[in-house]
Amino acid sequence: MLLLVLTIVLLALTAAGFRIGRGRALALVGGRPKDLSALPRYYGWYVALWGFLPTIAVVALWLALQPTMIETLVIGGLPDELRSLPDSQTGLIYNDIRNAIAVGRLPDDPRLADAAAHYASLIGRAPLVLSALSVAILLAGAGIGLRLVTPQLRARSRVEKIVRGLLLVSSTIAVITTIGIVLSLLFEALRFFQLVPITEFLFGPKWSPQTAIRSDQVGSSGAFGAGPVFAGTMLISVIAMAVAAPVGLLSAIYMAEYAAPRVRAVLKPLLEILAGIPTVVYGFFAALTVAPLVRETGGLLGLDVASESALAAGAVMGVMIIPFVSSLSDDAIAAVPNSLREGSYGLGATQSETIRSVILPAALPGIVGGLLLGVSRAIGETMIVVMAAGLAANLTANPFEAVTTVTVQIVTLLTGDQEFDSAKTLAAFALGLMLFLVTLTLNIVALYVVRRYREEYD
Amino acid sequence: MTDTPVSPSRSDTAQAVKAGLRRRYAAERRFKAYGIAAIGVALLMLGILFGTIIANGWSAFRQTYVQIDVLVDAAEIDPDGNRDPKILSRGDYEKLIKLSLREIFPDVKKRKEKRELYDLVSSGAAFDLRDDVMADPSLVGQTVSLWVPASDDIDMFMKGYISAEVAEDERRVSDKQIARIESLREQGRISTGFNLRFFTGGDSREPELAGIAGAALGTLWTMLVVLALAFPLGVMSAVYLEEFAPKNRWTDIIEVNINNLAAVPSIVFGLLGLAVFLNFFGMPRSAPLVGGLVLALMTLPTIIIAGRAALKAVPPSIREGALGLGASRMQMVVGNVLPLAMPGMLTGAIIGMARALGETAPLLMIGMVAFIVDLPKNPLDAATVLPVQIFLWADSPERAFVERTSAATIVLLVFLILMNLGAVLLRKKFERRW
Repeated sequence: MLLLVLTIVLLALTAAGFRIGRGRALALVGGRPKDLSALPRYYGWYVALWGFLPTIAVVALWLALQPTMIETLVIGGLPDELRSLPDSQTGLIYNDIRNAIAVGRLPDDPRLADAAAHYASLIGRAPLVLSALSVAILLAGAGIGLRLVTPQLRARSRVEKIVRGLLLVSSTIAVITTIGIVLSLLFEALRFFQLVPITEFLFGPKWSPQTAIRSDQVGSSGAFGAGPVFAGTMLISVIAMAVAAPVGLLSAIYMAEYAAPRVRAVLKPLLEILAGIPTVVYGFFAALTVAPLVRETGGLLGLDVASESALAAGAVMGVMIIPFVSSLSDDAIAAVPNSLREGSYGLGATQSETIRSVILPAALPGIVGGLLLGVSRAIGETMIVVMAAGLAANLTANPFEAVTTVTVQIVTLLTGDQEFDSAKTLAAFALGLMLFLVTLTLNIVALYVVRRYREEYD
Repeated sequence: MTDTPVSPSRSDTAQAVKAGLRRRYAAERRFKAYGIAAIGVALLMLGILFGTIIANGWSAFRQTYVQIDVLVDAAEIDPDGNRDPKILSRGDYEKLIKLSLREIFPDVKKRKEKRELYDLVSSGAAFDLRDDVMADPSLVGQTVSLWVPASDDIDMFMKGYISAEVAEDERRVSDKQIARIESLREQGRISTGFNLRFFTGGDSREPELAGIAGAALGTLWTMLVVLALAFPLGVMSAVYLEEFAPKNRWTDIIEVNINNLAAVPSIVFGLLGLAVFLNFFGMPRSAPLVGGLVLALMTLPTIIIAGRAALKAVPPSIREGALGLGASRMQMVVGNVLPLAMPGMLTGAIIGMARALGETAPLLMIGMVAFIVDLPKNPLDAATVLPVQIFLWADSPERAFVERTSAATIVLLVFLILMNLGAVLLRKKFERRW
């Protein structure tokens, strides 16, 4: 709430800075804008930016550092015998204090009373200090800006330079995100590989990430061989592509080559709806309708089908991927020049012969690219498999059995409460790293195929 | 003996062609049929999906209510008689509800029968009664006639999901309960009405009390954060890359990077959020603010790509005209190009937001899967969002949650359709051909 008020106050002050800056510039030249080096509003912007930018930077920095700062201060104020405990212990103590204050009482341990009071006062004062600080910085910044305003100041080019800098910074956010992803995955995965050798992780045949709490516990060996998990991911992706590739490709061919424009205008958006349905809805559909259906049909045929069979999850995932394959193939087919079609017709080929022996080969790179992107989707898809595929890591190629996938394991390892340093949690990041690398490679290869093997017809 | 090769005569060729023609036309028809079949399969799946969701979900918008006459006994809830809200809020309203049920069926004596009788109405009835009494303390001492929600099993029975023909020990409603429902129906004490609580309530373990308001509010907060971050950043990046960026290595890197980021699986963004926002910066778990941050990073590439396409579509003549009149590059972009590209950028933003609205996986990573009853009042309160609510309810074993999950899905799909429709209309309205 206070943050909202603060934001409004800061924006109002910035607006005031704009007006004062503009007025000041005009006043300096006695109200004749012609004598200024830039339009008066640029002087206003100049002053407003001088006030606003440093303030935003300080507020962002403050908000980012506040939790760590308060923790350090509170732990520093603990009695000596507590402060000298290892980090994980002091972290727990700090959490106790926080939880106690959050519900408005003192922690049970009397030794923590002082620290708790300290924490409460820090938490209580922090927003006020932040508000005062930000307003002060804004006023100071705007004041400096205002002093710099002279009729000779090239306000427009200064303002434009600043704005251009801001644009540049915002365009690097995407790069920072990628770096963030890579670093966070890599960092945690490396810690995992210190506990479990990387070869065991990649090729090990047994996956059972439950680490034992007691040494005599049954079934908690804590084996981190992700082989079955990768195999399961591959099995489900293959099933998905077995559905999506023929259906997507054939419907793309029909829409691009046979369908009348009016039919196409209806069919294409209808197919695209499939791409817009949230994956959690597909997951619910798979678990509620498709999985029991597959199980019963299998039962009628005398097959033993697991209730969370790979087939059900894979088939529904395939339906989800149909529009990706079809729209990319459609683009590739549409890009084949008409002269090729006409040449083929002129030689007496029927339409389907033309499609099979002229158009598809010409459009092949685009189609392969589309299929690769489809595979990358299938590997990274989470909700369908979380809701419809199993948890047990079976090493099998039988689509009627339950298998597990990389994404399912990430979700199961990370939802629920556990400390952050256990091998179990770190394993999720190692799996995430593999997922990121594989999908990235597929995307790059897909782009490369499309670019490298595209026939140039012009 | 010189064999001159026999060149096939014109009629031979024609015959050969004709002989093959039937086969080739058949192949042609087959091929076309494959295409139609493929589209048919895809549309059939779409139809089945919508069909099952709607068939399962529409009944959740209605709820069975039971009318009971409750004597709000002053001795029970306000022994001192001073209508102190603190005392009133602590009264045993459940007992009052139970007494009123016993009033309707005075023949119930045995413990098991009593329990079955009490199970007819939802445990939320007591809260409803309390709220009524708190709002109007003058009710104390009077007999109030109340419509309270029936329990989920009774609701399922009334809606026909539980059949009376199944053997008694295989269904969740006993023969006695069915008899009582019949008797209530004869007395006009049972009716089905619009399920308002589904739209105004938070989550609950009791299906008949569970609503989507909490999740919807969580979604709203999350989407506000996404909009506030991703749209300005996306537009600014698109403008920089399209209008100002020099053609050099760095720009190439940014470009490749944005394209790849758009194809990174969403769950990886969840891992990023967990490692960076939660563990490094110590932001609160389950907060819409963090969810919004993660989804904003995920949507950003979509918005940038759409924004660049929109900027590219503005013809050079506009730029040249502005520059010719003496505008600086920045003035040209801000004053002329950006307004013309804005509809296209907004369309891209809406489509990106629609994707973010349906996203679940990254939010599971940052703890937005908690069971939360209270409605979130600001972006820092623990909350969940609609798709996650669907995920949570889909895991619940009660039959009534199947109905509610489907209903929540319908609501989510309606939102998505509205957003996409908005995007289409926006594009239609402002589409220009240069």
